[in-house]
Amino acid sequence: MSDDAITRTHPAGPALGRMIALLALAVALIALPFVVQALGQPALVPLATRVLIYAIAAASLNLALGFGGMVSFGHAAFFGIGGYVVGILYRTYVDDALFLGFILGTDQLLITLPAAILVGGLAAYIIGALSLRTSGVQFIMITLAFAQMLFFLFVSLKAYGGDDGLTIRRRNALFELNTRDDTTFYFICLVIAALVFLVLWRIVGSRFGMVLAGIRQNERRMAAIGIAPYRYKLAAFVISGMGAGLAGALMANYLRFVSPDMLHWTKSGELMIMVILGGVGTLLGPLLGAAALVILETVLTGWTEHWQLVLGPVLLIVVLFTHGGLNGLISRLGPGRSAS
Amino acid sequence: MTLVFEQLLNGLQFGVMLFLLAAGLTLIFGIMGVINLAHGSLYMVGAYAAAFAAAQTGSFLLAVLAGLTAAALIGMAMELLVLRRLYARDHLDQVLATFALILIFNQSVTILFGRQPLFVSVPPALNGSVQLLPGLSYPVYRLAIIAVGLLVALGLYLLINRTRIGMLVRAGATHREMVRALGVDIRLLYTAVFGLGALLAGLAGLMAGPILAVQVGMGEQILIMTFVVVVIGGVGSIRGAFFGALIVGLVDTCLRAFMPGLLRHVMTGSEADALGAGIASMGIYLLMAIVLLVRPKGLFPAHV
Amino acid sequence: MKLRGLLFGIAATLAASTALAQQPVKIGMITTLSGPGGYLGQDIRDAFKLAIDMEGGKLGGVPVELVVEDDGLKPGQGKQIAEKMLKTDGIKIMTGIVFSNVAGATVPDIVDSGALYVSPNAAPSNFAGKECNENYFVVAWQNDSLHESAGQYATNLGYKKAFILAPNYQAGKDALTGFKRLFKGEIAGEVYTRLDQTDFAPEMAQIRSANPDVVFQFHPGGLGIAFLRQYQQAGLLGKIPMVLAEPSLDATTLKAVGDAAVGLSVTAHWNTDFDNAANKKFMEAWTKAYNRVPTYYASQGYDTALAIASALKATGGKTDVPALRTALAKADFQSVRGAFKFGKNQHPVQDWYALKSEKGADGTPVLKTVGKVLSNHTDVYAKDCKL
Repeated sequence: MSDDAITRTHPAGPALGRMIALLALAVALIALPFVVQALGQPALVPLATRVLIYAIAAASLNLALGFGGMVSFGHAAFFGIGGYVVGILYRTYVDDALFLGFILGTDQLLITLPAAILVGGLAAYIIGALSLRTSGVQFIMITLAFAQMLFFLFVSLKAYGGDDGLTIRRRNALFELNTRDDTTFYFICLVIAALVFLVLWRIVGSRFGMVLAGIRQNERRMAAIGIAPYRYKLAAFVISGMGAGLAGALMANYLRFVSPDMLHWTKSGELMIMVILGGVGTLLGPLLGAAALVILETVLTGWTEHWQLVLGPVLLIVVLFTHGGLNGLISRLGPGRSAS
Repeated sequence: MTLVFEQLLNGLQFGVMLFLLAAGLTLIFGIMGVINLAHGSLYMVGAYAAAFAAAQTGSFLLAVLAGLTAAALIGMAMELLVLRRLYARDHLDQVLATFALILIFNQSVTILFGRQPLFVSVPPALNGSVQLLPGLSYPVYRLAIIAVGLLVALGLYLLINRTRIGMLVRAGATHREMVRALGVDIRLLYTAVFGLGALLAGLAGLMAGPILAVQVGMGEQILIMTFVVVVIGGVGSIRGAFFGALIVGLVDTCLRAFMPGLLRHVMTGSEADALGAGIASMGIYLLMAIVLLVRPKGLFPAHV
Repeated sequence: MKLRGLLFGIAATLAASTALAQQPVKIGMITTLSGPGGYLGQDIRDAFKLAIDMEGGKLGGVPVELVVEDDGLKPGQGKQIAEKMLKTDGIKIMTGIVFSNVAGATVPDIVDSGALYVSPNAAPSNFAGKECNENYFVVAWQNDSLHESAGQYATNLGYKKAFILAPNYQAGKDALTGFKRLFKGEIAGEVYTRLDQTDFAPEMAQIRSANPDVVFQFHPGGLGIAFLRQYQQAGLLGKIPMVLAEPSLDATTLKAVGDAAVGLSVTAHWNTDFDNAANKKFMEAWTKAYNRVPTYYASQGYDTALAIASALKATGGKTDVPALRTALAKADFQSVRGAFKFGKNQHPVQDWYALKSEKGADGTPVLKTVGKVLSNHTDVYAKDCKL
């Protein structure tokens, strides 16, 4: 990894301009469902929900990849595990059975989400503890290897649908809310996404975040001043896995379906591309990247069946002619109004 | 016993195919430091160009020429137009750019040749099987693939260890800046190496044509496997790619062939088959994980 | 909320007035057009379009507009398209999905929101049994039926020892289960291959050493091409007969496989040479429009269009779902496969035929119908359906 190539923004005290931009974003996101309803485009609400969920996953990946310098090509594993936690708990609940003989099923969002975060974090701990013994390309490939193993494991799990996946007939319940309603579910995701971004912002700005940035820039120097890089990196990797697990759980609820497709290496690639497209190592970059990729795909597939021939060049142009992804582009277009 | 021998031959043949792809990928990675996800697309280009030429002319020789030329030319064009701008960039930018190239290649091939897989016949001279041992006949075409692969490996060995270009390549892999400082036209070298890598990928693709399905997306199926080979062997090392490919080919083949049988001794038939298939799928990834944990730089690292 | 109510009112009025003006009825098609499986979706779409074109832009005398989008074989993408079609375009009739995993994510949304889904291909077992739905129809076949017919045919041909192979995923496991359900002989070997596998040499060696009477394998699309070529190259073709169901040898793979397919026994619910008026009309129009041999996916796409046409005709173009549903269930159309009706789970009850691949007039292999394997066959899941 050559670090100089990545522009990084430190969240050192939000400037006034940035505050205004953030406020505008928040207002826009809250107003979105009502505006699109009024415009007669209600299908944009689920689209925005999908963007938010991917933004959570990409932002979590970005903690490892952008802030921690750990290029994980296996984050789909945590994303998929989060999804399967919801799926398996729901199936167990419906069948009135016990999973592994002692775990009760449930359809309560307040239980399934923490469970997904926990299991995602646990998987990230195991995979991270082993993978972090390597670095560079080897790290990329070993994370891929673990994700692929899990992919094949879920493909061969016949009890949970195997390759065909598992249908979740009803979304998880949260209090008395109608989670089936698009707008309600959008706001659930929006609140969770806001919390995730807030937590990530706090982490990056904390002493822990500083040490992580220091390790990324010069691991040896940090080791020399008595900091054990391995532990910090592992902690960041676990948090990152927890976030991806959370996103996976929301995605399973959104789709009302989980399948090994969520763990496929192309999904890891997609998450990575969202991060790079938005801007590596920036707070709001992943949100921009997720929005850009999801919206582009949706618009282009509706426009032409040869959508890949348009998406490809667009991505290429972004890489070749912008530095630091969309976030970098926006920062340069409007100085002082950086999106991060 | 003949079954074991036959499976070893199958593993060898699969390994040789992987080597042709991995050799180019590892050179491009080792020398230029580029992660090229679109390497699999060059394999697809080789296969399609050969299939098209064979259908038009009916000549296997022309098909081979077409496949090699198309892959090499498109590979060099890719280097000149896109990758050249990315050498100084982060790996992540390379990942995004080469992913974009995959989309472009796949859709272009769909538009040019349609969605239906293409037909390629085995050249008549290589059709049929030959008796290797009593009770073991083996397809001539597969033996030919093994032979071509081993010859290419030998050729690459000579090229890299005995020629001036090879010296530059080796030097480029370990001391990139130094080579540049000595006044070697590194850009020309890069384009040439990229062309060579693309040529080998095209060769693998055109040889795969008569065995596999020539279809859109065939490159991505084998790409991940190729990366596994490169990493197991050690990035940037041709020797590593060769042994890595053979190990992966043999392990994968043998696991698939013998794992369910072994499991059947301890559990019922259909459960053993399903579980065995699952383990066999994970096998090479498990192998890679273990290799990297024991030797993080791979088995035959180039940077000593 | 007042605003929303008002807008809704306007929208409803608009919808009512447009219906009066005989605006074309929109039909949503979500299908796979990119990647290796793209040709399946293409054939389904082309055949559906053909049916509309043959009626001059109408189905059942009602003007229709077909909206097609590519799901890219991604369940999430399929669901997103469905949302858009249902909510923004107000589409009430949907079809097109090729693969079971896309169907799993997409179909529940469609049927739950009160729209109709008529499947031209994917028919996973869960939707055929307990989770069957009044808004969900399958015109193709239930997954298991395909392979049951192959099992029956292998039994009919008098084979005693079968070696069976399929990829290690749900449809693959269903295939082997389906085959074994009606095959009376002994299983000499059961092998699960991999979905991303391209080289089948190890399996060929296993088949040779097991020396069975017959091989049954299920490898759709590109996998099947590779499998059959390697079967020939391994010298097994002509030595050990093979029985397979149509997904492993459709018209496209047949063309790509070439000589390696000659002599194989295939079971199918439709073939190009079926001697009925509907099929002759279809074949003539297809050949004129596209100049390639249609796969059975095309026949399913065409039949789906005909089925929808019959329902639209009955309601006079009104997209009133309960009325459409009742009309559709009667299956009042001439299927290109001959006899066709829906069972109580709204999956087909139909005949299965034996085909043989032979060298055609121009040297390339063609599929010839040689007899019937099963009559009025229904699936085993229908009994769990409480419709």
